[in-house]
Amino acid sequence: MRATALPAGMTLDTFPKYLLLNAQRFGDRPALRHKDYGIWQSWSWSQQLDEIRALAIGLQSMGLAHGERVAVIGANRPRLYWAICAAQSLGAIPVPVYADAVAEELAHVLDHAEVRFAVVQDQEQVDKIQSFSDHIPRLKTIIYDEPRGLRDYDHSSLHSFADVQAQGRSLLSSDPQIGSRWEKGIVEASGDDISVMLYTSGTTGRSKGVMLSARGSVAAAVDTAVFDGLTEKDSVLAYLPLAWVGDHYLNYAQGYVSGFCMNCPESPETVPQDLREIAPTFYFAPPRVFEGLLTSVTIRMEDASALKRKMYNHFIGIARKHGESILEGRPVSFGARISYALGRIFVYEPLKNVLGLSNIRVAYTAGEAIGQDLFSFFRSLGINLKQLYGQTEAFLYVTCQKDGAVRADAVGPAAPNVDIRISDNGEVQFRSPGQFTGYFKQDDATRETVTEDGFVKTGDAGFFEADGQLRIIDRAKDVGKLNAGALFAPKYIENVLKFFPNIKEAVAFGHARDFVTAFINIDLQAVGNWAERNNIAYASYQELAGHPEVYRIIAGHVDEANRRLASEPMMAGAQINRFLILHKELDADDGELTRTQKVRRSFVADRYEPLIEALYDGSTQKFVETEVTYEDGRKGKIRATVRIEDAAIYGGSAALREAAE
Amino acid sequence: MNAQPEHTAIVAARDDGIAPGELLMDVRNVSLRFGGVKAITDISFNVRKGEIRAIIGPNGAGKTSMLNVINGFYTPQEGTITFRGVERRAMKPHHAVRQGIARTFQNVALFKGMSTLDNIMTGRSVKMNRGLGWQMLWHGPALREEIEHREKVEEIIDFLEIQHIRRTPVGKLPYGLQKRVELGRALAMEPSLLLLDEPMAGMNLEEKEDMSRFILDVNRQRGTTICLIEHDMGVVMDLSDRVVVLDYGKKIADGVPDEVKSNQQVIDAYLGVAH
Repeated sequence: MRATALPAGMTLDTFPKYLLLNAQRFGDRPALRHKDYGIWQSWSWSQQLDEIRALAIGLQSMGLAHGERVAVIGANRPRLYWAICAAQSLGAIPVPVYADAVAEELAHVLDHAEVRFAVVQDQEQVDKIQSFSDHIPRLKTIIYDEPRGLRDYDHSSLHSFADVQAQGRSLLSSDPQIGSRWEKGIVEASGDDISVMLYTSGTTGRSKGVMLSARGSVAAAVDTAVFDGLTEKDSVLAYLPLAWVGDHYLNYAQGYVSGFCMNCPESPETVPQDLREIAPTFYFAPPRVFEGLLTSVTIRMEDASALKRKMYNHFIGIARKHGESILEGRPVSFGARISYALGRIFVYEPLKNVLGLSNIRVAYTAGEAIGQDLFSFFRSLGINLKQLYGQTEAFLYVTCQKDGAVRADAVGPAAPNVDIRISDNGEVQFRSPGQFTGYFKQDDATRETVTEDGFVKTGDAGFFEADGQLRIIDRAKDVGKLNAGALFAPKYIENVLKFFPNIKEAVAFGHARDFVTAFINIDLQAVGNWAERNNIAYASYQELAGHPEVYRIIAGHVDEANRRLASEPMMAGAQINRFLILHKELDADDGELTRTQKVRRSFVADRYEPLIEALYDGSTQKFVETEVTYEDGRKGKIRATVRIEDAAIYGGSAALREAAE
Repeated sequence: MNAQPEHTAIVAARDDGIAPGELLMDVRNVSLRFGGVKAITDISFNVRKGEIRAIIGPNGAGKTSMLNVINGFYTPQEGTITFRGVERRAMKPHHAVRQGIARTFQNVALFKGMSTLDNIMTGRSVKMNRGLGWQMLWHGPALREEIEHREKVEEIIDFLEIQHIRRTPVGKLPYGLQKRVELGRALAMEPSLLLLDEPMAGMNLEEKEDMSRFILDVNRQRGTTICLIEHDMGVVMDLSDRVVVLDYGKKIADGVPDEVKSNQQVIDAYLGVAH
């Protein structure tokens, strides 16, 4: 069934309107692919319209109405994306929720959002919801995608996705008026409606429901799609968490306005293989993913034959020297171009092919600072990797870098139609087309975040570089001072440490203290590989982390980090005096990281207080006992004696510490 | 329209004309000797269709020998085994497979150099009808047959959530995943009786929970009858419908988990008694 002709001059201010338009203009082009049973299944825009229509009518017949909220919980699967659009088409508000949230977090969000319907992926999510059903009395209907394991459940409030669609289809065929009424509803819908409600990851306390209007969301998506020249011929791999603004924006919103094809991986574990098969043209990944790619490439090259290793090192050297200049169209000598062309044949193209990055036209990274080396590595291969800075409250983009004006240490000038200013206390504030309308049921928080003249406070401290690019230093409230008066920007120090492949995570302390100290998490993949090659046996993360040789390597990295800090005038006073390697990996299940894998600083500080004390009282080791939560929610304890080491300080600030002691 | 097909049950359950709850296999007075060593002495028990039946007992109690007798690897000197109403004495393992008995092994027995996919495909070989000539020619009927079997195998891969290791040689996989692949190969045979020899041995808590869920799903969704040996008592008591306990080759108890748990002989066998 094709969409009926759209009325001329319809204002395109909701995503369902784009669905109707795309079914008309790109009817036979692929809208969505999903790898299932080992084969890529695909749906064209008109097929996708049929699926969404059937679901929407089914949901309507179950009582879903305008303004109600629908939770969407699960991995990146076609049916969950359809549920988002189907809800929007009825004027209901989809609320995507992190699928790996533990039951309690999930229940909090569902209760706070007052959802009456939930569309979920599988038994796991159903179990989580039902275990807290007392806390979410409003939730009456759960619709599940995968029926496995749910056969013997009480089906009074459970419905299979297929049944809901079947119900919709039978209603549609019994009365053709229903379908046209549905389309009329979409065409007449207002852009002032809330398009989606996204819960923040909760870096600071409980997560908040960010309400985004349809008109604003569409405007923002159109702006950036034009900025990067996205068309219906592009494709993306939708592998980021469904509930994160990045996935909703980059894949769903930009996909609908430009009509490109969104590809859903087979499972979260198959993403690297799926990426390789799809070879998307637009790609987003947080720095840690690029870090992981580089680490795995480096490890594999270390295990390669001598000839291959030599070839790799030679051509990567050439790419490092000339690659970025060639990418940005700057003048490069003829000889260098020849060498680079050979490198493309022998190393760069095969490497990009293995990583699934062969067809990349535009790639972005954001969320954390990215190391210069890491950033240049990918750019030197000819991958147009850029940075953006964004927030859920902005519906993602605040700044983004233009092709050809890219640097690793800044995040670019304001995105199209975005105003940015730096407040008196150094905080970045913005006003943007996609800007949120408020936090759900938290007017106080909204008033705290939005200034009277309509700017949104980001909570990040930053400044503009001479070339107009914004540079973010840290969370404004995390920036502190050492007792001696030196600036202490913990994230900055942590990033310097994290640029070493052996260091996965770091947490720095120092505000209102005499000197800076740090917790370090080793990267199990990189260090594990090193251990294997050096015949060092270990049974667990804990054992490897405490190994004297590992301490020696990390001490070397800390030393190097201090040298780098010493070379920056603003940071030289905040070099790392003492450090320890944590006996466990920081984990979101234990509340130490957010679901987007950012460190929850204050939580970590509370939890490991004895260790911090030991860092400052001069002891060389400390026994700790830590409670851990397993994936099933059970708790256990791990015990360890953690060693603490001193590091050398460079430059003038060395005297500082002696004075302090 | 190429909408997603609804695969509600993996690989259609074998229809052997036996209603759930009725007798699927009856072991009667079986004894097995190796020279003078009596591995199994006069054991009788039965397995009903659709249940999960556990065989437990201390080390050396004769559990694995019992499984080997059931799937035809050993021929008992005495006693009879009736499977799906047919009494048998001597038989080979491949006959057992054709009758619908599949198994996994205590220490994984996969083809280490072959991929997960190929390993599970071997489970289908018993169902491939085209001869060597056709297989070599590859095109036509043999290819069609291969595609049909591949579809079943993909359902199993999806069911066991091992898509990411589809092409990985199993020798490179961690132990827990190898066990899962082995279960996949057994499932590929579409058995009416699935024998699992210590499916959770050497697994961590999370892997055990996954495996338990797979076993329950196989049992509930497909109606596959399962007979398993396991040392983790928590798992056995939670999963199984009935338990038979062996000690020194003899049966010392048989019943639902609660009965077995409170049986004094069982407690003695496991904890030992003062002599």
